[in-house]
Amino acid sequence: MSERKFKYVGTRPIRHDGLDKVTGRAEFGADQEMPGMLWGAILRSPHAHARIRQIDASKALAAPGVKAAVTGADMPKVPHRWMGGAEGGMDFGDVAENCLAREKALYHGHAVAAVAAATQQQAQDALALIQVDYEVLEPVLDVERALAPGAPILDPELEPMGHGALPAKPTNVATCVGFRGGDLAQGFREAEVVVERSFRTPMVHQGYIEPHACIARTGEDGKILIWCSTQGAFMVQMMSAMALGLDPNLIKVIPSEIGGGFGGKTTIYLEPVAIELSRRAGGRPVKLVMTREEVFRATGPTSGTSIRIKLGAKRDGRLVAGQARLVYEAGAYRGSPVGPGAMTVFGSYKIPHFEIEGLDVLVNKPKVAAYRAPGAPMANFAMESLMDELARELRIDPIELRLLNAVSEGCKAPYGPRYGPIGLVESLRAAKEHPHYKAPLGKNQGRGIAAGFWFNAGLQSSAVVSVNMDGSAVVRTGNPDIGGSRASMAIMAAEELGIPVERIRPMVGDTESVGYCDLTGGSRTTFATGMAVIEAARDVVRQLRERAAKIWSCSVDDVKWEDGMAIPLNAAAEKNKPLPLIALTVQMGATGGPIVGRASLTAPAAGPGFAVHLCDLEVDPETGRSEVRRYTAIQDAGKAVHPGYVEGQMQGGAAQGIGWALNEEYVWDAEGVVQNPGFLDYRMPVASDLPMVDTVIIEVANPTHPYGVRGVGETPIVPPLAAVANAMRDATGVRFEQLPLSPPAVLAALEARG
Amino acid sequence: MPSARYEAPRSVKEAVQLLGADRDARVLAGGTDLLVQSKTGRVSPSAYVDVKRIPELMQLQLGASGLRCGAAVPAARIYANEELRRRWPGLAEATDLIGSSQIQGRASWGGNLCNASPAADTVPALLVCGAEVAIAGPKGERTLPVAEFTTGPGTSVLGPGELVVEFRVPAPPARTADAYLRLIPRSEMDIAVVGAGVQLTLAADGGCTAARVAIGAVAPTARLVPAAAQALVGSRLDDAALARAAEAARAAVQAIDDKRGTIDYRRQVTGVLVVRAARIAAERAAAAHN
Amino acid sequence: MSRTHVETSVNGEPAEFLCQPSETLLDALRNQLGLTGTKEGCGTGDCGACSVMLDGQLVPACLVLAPEVEGRSVETIEGIARGEKLHPLQRKFLEHAALQCGICTPGFIVAAKALLEKNPSPTEAQARYYLAGNLCRCTGYDKIIRAVLDAGAEMRGESA
Repeated sequence: MSERKFKYVGTRPIRHDGLDKVTGRAEFGADQEMPGMLWGAILRSPHAHARIRQIDASKALAAPGVKAAVTGADMPKVPHRWMGGAEGGMDFGDVAENCLAREKALYHGHAVAAVAAATQQQAQDALALIQVDYEVLEPVLDVERALAPGAPILDPELEPMGHGALPAKPTNVATCVGFRGGDLAQGFREAEVVVERSFRTPMVHQGYIEPHACIARTGEDGKILIWCSTQGAFMVQMMSAMALGLDPNLIKVIPSEIGGGFGGKTTIYLEPVAIELSRRAGGRPVKLVMTREEVFRATGPTSGTSIRIKLGAKRDGRLVAGQARLVYEAGAYRGSPVGPGAMTVFGSYKIPHFEIEGLDVLVNKPKVAAYRAPGAPMANFAMESLMDELARELRIDPIELRLLNAVSEGCKAPYGPRYGPIGLVESLRAAKEHPHYKAPLGKNQGRGIAAGFWFNAGLQSSAVVSVNMDGSAVVRTGNPDIGGSRASMAIMAAEELGIPVERIRPMVGDTESVGYCDLTGGSRTTFATGMAVIEAARDVVRQLRERAAKIWSCSVDDVKWEDGMAIPLNAAAEKNKPLPLIALTVQMGATGGPIVGRASLTAPAAGPGFAVHLCDLEVDPETGRSEVRRYTAIQDAGKAVHPGYVEGQMQGGAAQGIGWALNEEYVWDAEGVVQNPGFLDYRMPVASDLPMVDTVIIEVANPTHPYGVRGVGETPIVPPLAAVANAMRDATGVRFEQLPLSPPAVLAALEARG
Repeated sequence: MPSARYEAPRSVKEAVQLLGADRDARVLAGGTDLLVQSKTGRVSPSAYVDVKRIPELMQLQLGASGLRCGAAVPAARIYANEELRRRWPGLAEATDLIGSSQIQGRASWGGNLCNASPAADTVPALLVCGAEVAIAGPKGERTLPVAEFTTGPGTSVLGPGELVVEFRVPAPPARTADAYLRLIPRSEMDIAVVGAGVQLTLAADGGCTAARVAIGAVAPTARLVPAAAQALVGSRLDDAALARAAEAARAAVQAIDDKRGTIDYRRQVTGVLVVRAARIAAERAAAAHN
Repeated sequence: MSRTHVETSVNGEPAEFLCQPSETLLDALRNQLGLTGTKEGCGTGDCGACSVMLDGQLVPACLVLAPEVEGRSVETIEGIARGEKLHPLQRKFLEHAALQCGICTPGFIVAAKALLEKNPSPTEAQARYYLAGNLCRCTGYDKIIRAVLDAGAEMRGESA
């Protein structure tokens, strides 16, 4: 990759949608209304595990203002079939039943019925009139219990999938994954030191501030309109169609601005229900907005986990053997991210002999959904904690130990492919040189360091770039903007066209106005959709050069595009002066018509983005309370298109990881009811919990992107759990194998230590 | 929000009448507990009696004999009062700790006391300051020490038609100061896992001549711990005296295991916070010019 | 239950609406007055997304009943800019990239404005504690706090 000099890439323009967001004008999922609109409300199971014998909604339907009622039995039965998808797979039968239960309620809060009425209050009041006959069953709330013989079974028809010796049904094991390399027994024979620990992490939620919201409107011609907050309009279109047995072409999805997703809005909960209600209400629009409590009770958190790792190394620190067993909660239906957890657990280091086993286990909790680098933070917590133990045991500096074993270009990942150029070594070196690493620590303070990574999905994107007569340009893509990606699209188009970023208008389209785009997630938007934008802009540039060639009566090979101008070369330069873009667009009608560039592609997966985090923690030894005193995040971004938003991803991911490590967890009672379904007792970090988060952006160019861009969104949440836990170890002398590091847990451990 | 009437009486008499006539009507001050409970279905008021248009419940007066604070005055206004902060620093800081800045614009001492959560932040602080409440009802007015007001989680001695009108806190003697500390996992926003209030009076030579100690969130109601206070009185607040006070406070803990903390944790931390609060109160008392 | 008629002032202009007596101010602003800039993140006063000013006091609109604002004055995010002129906080949020998804931004701007009115020269710690009631899940708060402190500096006439 040549050292290209960028004019706009790497700058920090104001984002184009920023004005609407600081003035309250931007429209999020719940901010829309339509004429004739009804309000929906959902009845949810009061039992964590129950057979639904019968539902009678007749009294609700007769209640004041109620126009429609629906239960799972009213929806088409969608067959259960696992379909490999873009990022992992899904079973549409599961998705449909998760939206509205059929035979069984599988978690407390599972939707069982819904109504639509003229006012919110009428809809709520009507729910109380729905009679449900449940046969209450014993819930299973813990993976180890779910695996034990005699455990309650969620789905007797569940067929386990995957590798290795699969258990026979009936079982709660949905999927088995595994990776192997070398000869594990041999590896441990060669090892001169062995460390082994078991770790547990709790179920945690993505914690987006905007609850799920949608409006669905249906027409006499069968056409359906959905307005919703989502990470992917095309995903909503497809999943709603599959859940209802409809042709996706009938459904138009308009994505609103989205108030946070982090993976939690890459699936559907409300849309099929809203569509059904609307149909039954004569096509009137039905608005469904979740309360915060519903978000916690019934939308995908990520898995709680139980992970055991054993590492063997030489005295000099070289890893020779690694064994990992990862057990992840799937919640009520198959689909925990144990696969990516298994892929990433050893992925930062060269380990010649390894064996990784992963289990995806059903429990009576909400169906888990993707949460930023799904599966990786938990696996990383275990592995990086153990690396910290190994470093202590061998008396090697923790960064040196990692440098000794770090993967680099050409190394084979445990899950198969060879790494291209990657930035782990560079990030580790930057950590070592950073003033944070050498800063003195005060009393009761400790420092932890952890490395980690996440892949970047490629997947499908399309983009259209068109230029207006006034020399401005519009960039159209289909990726909802959750972190400022619109600004990056504009920057990349500006770079190619050679005009200021302010002259570009980036827009996010609905399913009827843009070509297919895979959803916003997988750290893919700036990378893959950006690639499409660059290609579309280059298409425009080619057309602009052709127009100049026409004007100059020369070959297009004699026209160069630079800095927003067509430059004549060779013979053409004798008689012609350079033409700026606006001079060409002003006369585009006469030279051939509108100039529109397009691109559609399936981007190859980008090389993983590695990061190293440093955390200083201060612990109050009398109460077990801790505070983060200093935090530094170092990450390889390939090429930072808009550094401000790259920094923002690093800081935001770090904050989520810190919350996961210190205070966040779902608290359950014995009946499987979440005890803390609100922001008061589900404790996410507040502004006074965190210091400034220093960031260092490393740029090891990714060769599969024209600018070297690597996705950055997910990696930042991977290292913090271990960085915080390692800081706790440093501060207290105690190795914590369970998260969160809440004050009671810390104090108890300090007392046990004596 | 479930349906309910809204009333906005302009006088104490009118409020008493409304409350007496409808047993399911509830007093609305800041609403930061009541409206949350209505939304979650924990309570179902037939009417909200908004008392914030009644002058007696919204006034804040400080004088030589102490302070009078209307039951519905929002915490932000209480904390903004510089003189109050100076004379009752512990009470001020307890008030400032309720919720967030937004909650501070609404939450009141009356609401905090009448909601009767065991973890209410202002109650231990009010207890150690010797606060009283003035209550109005169908049978007239009465005053009551705060210590006699709450009877259990969510319950109080308020009878039908009664409401708390104002709080009265006596002026502390010279060389007296209070402090309030609480333990929460984050730095803000959480409900107290443990709360501890201490008020101390020092002699000129630094010896402790009077004390009150109260603990919160670790028993069915916030409570004064006379034995802890006795451990401090007559001492020089040395480590041994503080340790005895801590032990007495721990012995008074009657906590439950819940999502916010275990019994053992609460007991342990109670002792720690009482000692820390006592030290802060002592420093302040030594410097106080009341 | 018949609806209550409320006359109030919103962002300096007289406003009136009909509402259920137990409807919240948040719902009335959004559903009766069409002012959807104020958001519901939790409905229980724990996230700050519904921050508004009521008679100059910062409050959570989800825990204020709509009839309470009779004869009072309410300020929302829609009233922060002066016509076409953005408030320094709004400009600084944009300059510092202090928003990612933007859902918490209206609440933060209203709360930060209240902070700077009360304390024109807050320290970083004071700003963090004052804004602890405003949850953000995207930014980790770093750029938000920088934007607020920078806006304060500008409003005091100092350079950043």
